[in-house]
Amino acid sequence: MTVTAPRPAPEVGSARRRKEDARLITGQTMWTENITLPGMLHLAILRSPLAHARITHLDTSPALREPNVVAAFSGRDVADTQGGLPCAWPVTEDLVMPVHPPLAVDEVRHTGEAVAVVVARDRASAVDALAAIEVDYEPLPVVLDMEVALAEGSPLVHTDQTTNKAYTWVFDSAQAGTGGAVDEAAAGAEVVIRRRYRQQRLIPAFMEPRSVVVDASADQLTLWSATQIPHVLRFLLAVVTGTPEHRIRVIAPDVGGGFGGKLQMTAEEMIAVLAARRVGRPVKYTETRSESLMSAHHGRDVIQDLELSARRDGTVLGLRVRLTANLGAYLGLVGPGVPLLGAFMYNAIYKFPAYRFECQGVFTNTTLTDAYRGAGRPEATYAIERIMDELAVEVGLDPLEVRRRNWITHEEFPFTTVCGLTYDSGDYEAATQKARDLFDYDGLRREQERRRASGDPVQLGIGISTYTEMCGLAPSRVLGSLRYGAGGWESASIRVLPTGKIEVVTGSSPHGQGHETAWSQIVADQLGVAFEDVEVLHGDTRSAYKGMDTYGSRSLAVGGFALVNACKKVVDKAKPVAAHLLECDVSDVEFSGGAFRVRGTPDGGKSLADCALAVFAAHDLPDGVEPTLDADDVYDPVNFSFPHGTHLCAVEVDTQTGRVSIRSYVAVDDVGRVVNPMIVEGQVHGGVAQGVAQALFEEAVYDADGNLLTGTFVDYTPPSAADLPDIVSDRTETPAPDHPLGTKGIGEAGTIASTPAVVNAVVDALRPYGVDDVPMPCTPERVWQAIQNGGGRS
Amino acid sequence: MTRIQLHVDGVRYDDDVEPRTLLVQHLRDRIGKVGTVVGCDTSNCGACTVLLDGVSVKSCSMLAVQADGKAVTTIEGLAEPGGALHPVQRAFHERHALQCGFCTPGMIMAAVSLLADNPDPTDTEVREGLEGNLCRCTGYQNIVRAVRDAATAMRDAAGAPDAEAPSEVPAQAAPEQREVTV
Amino acid sequence: MIPVPFDYQRPSTVDEAVRALSEAGEDGKVLAGGQSLIPMLRLRLSTPGALIDLGGITQLRGIRQDGDDLLIGAMTPHADVLASPLVRRYVPLLARATATVADRQVRHLGTIGGSLAHADPAGDLPAVAVALDATMRIVGPEGRRDVPAADFFVDYLTTALGPADVLVGVRFPAHEGWGSHYEKFQRMAQAWALVGVAAAVRRENGTIVEARVALTNMGPVPVRARAVELALTGAPATADAVGSAAGSAGEGTRPTSDLTASAAYRSHLATVLTGRAVSAAAGIG
Repeated sequence: MTVTAPRPAPEVGSARRRKEDARLITGQTMWTENITLPGMLHLAILRSPLAHARITHLDTSPALREPNVVAAFSGRDVADTQGGLPCAWPVTEDLVMPVHPPLAVDEVRHTGEAVAVVVARDRASAVDALAAIEVDYEPLPVVLDMEVALAEGSPLVHTDQTTNKAYTWVFDSAQAGTGGAVDEAAAGAEVVIRRRYRQQRLIPAFMEPRSVVVDASADQLTLWSATQIPHVLRFLLAVVTGTPEHRIRVIAPDVGGGFGGKLQMTAEEMIAVLAARRVGRPVKYTETRSESLMSAHHGRDVIQDLELSARRDGTVLGLRVRLTANLGAYLGLVGPGVPLLGAFMYNAIYKFPAYRFECQGVFTNTTLTDAYRGAGRPEATYAIERIMDELAVEVGLDPLEVRRRNWITHEEFPFTTVCGLTYDSGDYEAATQKARDLFDYDGLRREQERRRASGDPVQLGIGISTYTEMCGLAPSRVLGSLRYGAGGWESASIRVLPTGKIEVVTGSSPHGQGHETAWSQIVADQLGVAFEDVEVLHGDTRSAYKGMDTYGSRSLAVGGFALVNACKKVVDKAKPVAAHLLECDVSDVEFSGGAFRVRGTPDGGKSLADCALAVFAAHDLPDGVEPTLDADDVYDPVNFSFPHGTHLCAVEVDTQTGRVSIRSYVAVDDVGRVVNPMIVEGQVHGGVAQGVAQALFEEAVYDADGNLLTGTFVDYTPPSAADLPDIVSDRTETPAPDHPLGTKGIGEAGTIASTPAVVNAVVDALRPYGVDDVPMPCTPERVWQAIQNGGGRS
Repeated sequence: MTRIQLHVDGVRYDDDVEPRTLLVQHLRDRIGKVGTVVGCDTSNCGACTVLLDGVSVKSCSMLAVQADGKAVTTIEGLAEPGGALHPVQRAFHERHALQCGFCTPGMIMAAVSLLADNPDPTDTEVREGLEGNLCRCTGYQNIVRAVRDAATAMRDAAGAPDAEAPSEVPAQAAPEQREVTV
Repeated sequence: MIPVPFDYQRPSTVDEAVRALSEAGEDGKVLAGGQSLIPMLRLRLSTPGALIDLGGITQLRGIRQDGDDLLIGAMTPHADVLASPLVRRYVPLLARATATVADRQVRHLGTIGGSLAHADPAGDLPAVAVALDATMRIVGPEGRRDVPAADFFVDYLTTALGPADVLVGVRFPAHEGWGSHYEKFQRMAQAWALVGVAAAVRRENGTIVEARVALTNMGPVPVRARAVELALTGAPATADAVGSAAGSAGEGTRPTSDLTASAAYRSHLATVLTGRAVSAAAGIG
């Protein structure tokens, strides 16, 4: 008879409450803005009030006469040393890459661009002294509209270039050999639908404004920053400033949200480095919200021209996408590549025989655009899910049925798409059926019919979004083939302390996701230690020296893989030690439930802590055994992961005022296996909220002169609790076959899925009024206007 | 400079301040209460919410001199001195009502004030009661759950029957009892 | 951001406040609850040389009956107005509108006098004051005077207050037994009104015998919808009659087009919302 030791319940899969919360709910958080160093000075930045101008006169010396001012300087003072802010994704060989100076030197190219700096004893003095700086501008022609910028004879954003076009990038399935030619598909089609969609400009609007503290004393450069990418930033600082990399330390302390908005090497970070070096004392800069909205990078802002070819039975034959992307005045760190992240997603969950994607990146006199939650994939998903609804109307089918006729069925995985991606796993039928049941799809359709028939001034609309996304960024070879400047691997290190406690070092730097909790759960299971006995270190290049940071729903998909591998290495290293302690052969040692035992002997095992103490003392180790159990792993994924799901949204539209109210929202997501369902649900809630915000509420707007009209939270309006509905969130679970935990990724799914679900619902409500589109955000006035323009109730 | 006296989280502070100093700057930069944070400059986000003589205010939209003589409770003074969390703090943890946590101090203080006025709010009353606090991470759903859980816990702890509580009526003295001569 | 430096005074009487304002001249500014002013100071859109804080004048805070009227001290916070049984009984329209002002935190600090004196066209309380023929009580260098609400709001962010005047209170005629409703239309919960409609009606049996209607944000100052009131007076309390009367809500308005709404949309909303406000006030399902 075999006696097995009681095995603790697995941590992975349980809704562990977060370790991070203890400091966050008591006000003991280490935000960058909370850091004060001895002798620290404060920065204030003078920003351009004009969207495009030549700086004809700039004198910072009057500011030096103001009280408490230690230094003041402009771009011209540092022109030779400041370098340029990097773009890490030159998507084409001939990409136009203008210099992006941290401080403008001769010309400003968007409102809010930094032109001069004051360093003072306190923040108020620094801000006050900005007024003393003398600066004259000679206005230059402003170009804000992408299509105007591309037209012949347009004013140039960069007068030293010959065009506002940064690049053209094309993917064609016929050329790539992954599918047919779209022109042939269109020629043979019974139905061709053409639509133009506009992804409005958004602002990530993380709650913690960006903040940076720099200490440049004694040949060391230490930078604390509210950033998503401390590791990437360290590398870039070395490259841009010439500082030896080993003398640079970057720390991302507690970071208050990012959503892609802190995936940047910012002008403000570089300016703080320049200032700290200039004055020889530590400096701090924290932006105000209005500075943040104006100068932190924006997101989206693309025009999509689509041509969908299909048969009368709803089968899609081909899709052509012409995309124009507003890059802003300069290239962001990964900005030019954002459309490429979407390029492979327009075919979504469907089997399209032919596909062509052409993208142009354009410079305008606006704040630069770059990654914002989903980065490219929300745009793609919106476009395809909107136009699939148009196809359904055109061929007279229920929109769910049109999707069913085109989607990849669960038996067909792994499935290589028209873009050449191999979708690892999925079950669109199951997720859709679950969503349909939770939503009461048929009941709501009946109610919609009743309201239409009775001419109810409040109409009901139903919106569908069956999405997939490409996450787990990314296989380094793929990134290389797309000319991205870095790899997509992630690292994990396990340190087994002498008492058996575990330190985990992850290169994925969190800013609210809950890595400390989820990583502890994984390690607890892998090493058989208590959840509480694991400490997760991150975000400091001194303790976590190697990493690619957090974006693209990659932390668990890539970093989690590395973590499991590192744990396995620890176990492998402990086995000879355990064998020695157990006085048996290594090949006879089994590890399970946190104990090393002699195979077939359920009792008398040795714990990892026993082994840890043994290697710490190292008095009695077998020959050749290194006295440590620590292990590292760097994992480079072989493929992306492809979470998917079905979101259904019901809206009520008050046709008299245009007001849209979300009545019910069901999100069924399949993110593979789940480490912590509570955290996953939180990501869905927050992601959906941001997608709903794009659909209904948010838009960054410039006036004709290039002034940002939405420069405060009065006018750029993230929704409050009173503006958002409860959502019903559920899951199906199709494990990622190639991942040791079976996980896929959840950070962006909600945002990707929800925007088209909401807008499809709004348009669906208004179909009887002759409406087939409402531009985002679907404000009451736009909805009302669409009804007025729709030609009346049919 | 103007001399002011504040009681912050139970401790008296006497300071000379520049009149233009915002209450939140005074709390953070002079008194060292960095648990209270600034998220905007137009009083929209509510991250800076504290209790002033027991009611929620946005400490970025008030001058320190206006708070002279008053008692301020920040997120750092909410837990009991022994370390026991306030029921709202506990519920935020249990319900996963925070992710990055930047809005959390203000959100919690706003919720504490809301529950003082309305010990048994509906979901809608919670949503409307917290309309002055922005969160970018959670979509608010778990915040609503947490506040309602905290309400239940606080009513249970007070031993109060689950009676309909009057909403909207602040815990302060009725305004009619004040003298007004204009 | 940080306000520019200013002199600060916290008088304990109205007379002291008036004196301080007189001395400060054009450079002086009254600080009431500060909920509009302080954000403007922070953004440096307002840079007064001297702030006269009324927060120390305790007798300006409170609500009492004065004959048939309700007298509300200018420094009474919105939260106190909301909590007042007197307001609910005699001026329920004010309670309804005040409940929609900003958010709870702002209502704890913001005051009725501050809102009225700021005279933002999108503010909710000016329309209530105009609809109900409230009277503004002002103390200035020349002494005390009462100004009807209709004359108080002069232009965009401009009132009848002189540079050294202090709004000390508002007198609302009691409207006990009237039905009332404030219909506010905003893009977001936190946003200012695109359009608001303050309505109070008195019904006798099935007939509307008196009606008071004023519009928020349909021009630089609140607009009394006289044509609507006229059409309602003596009309049956029916949806048709109200809808027909609401059709003239746009008369005399001068709505603007801005980032948040076009003038045409505002005009459309005025009609729809007037119908809704009056229907709710008159208890028409």
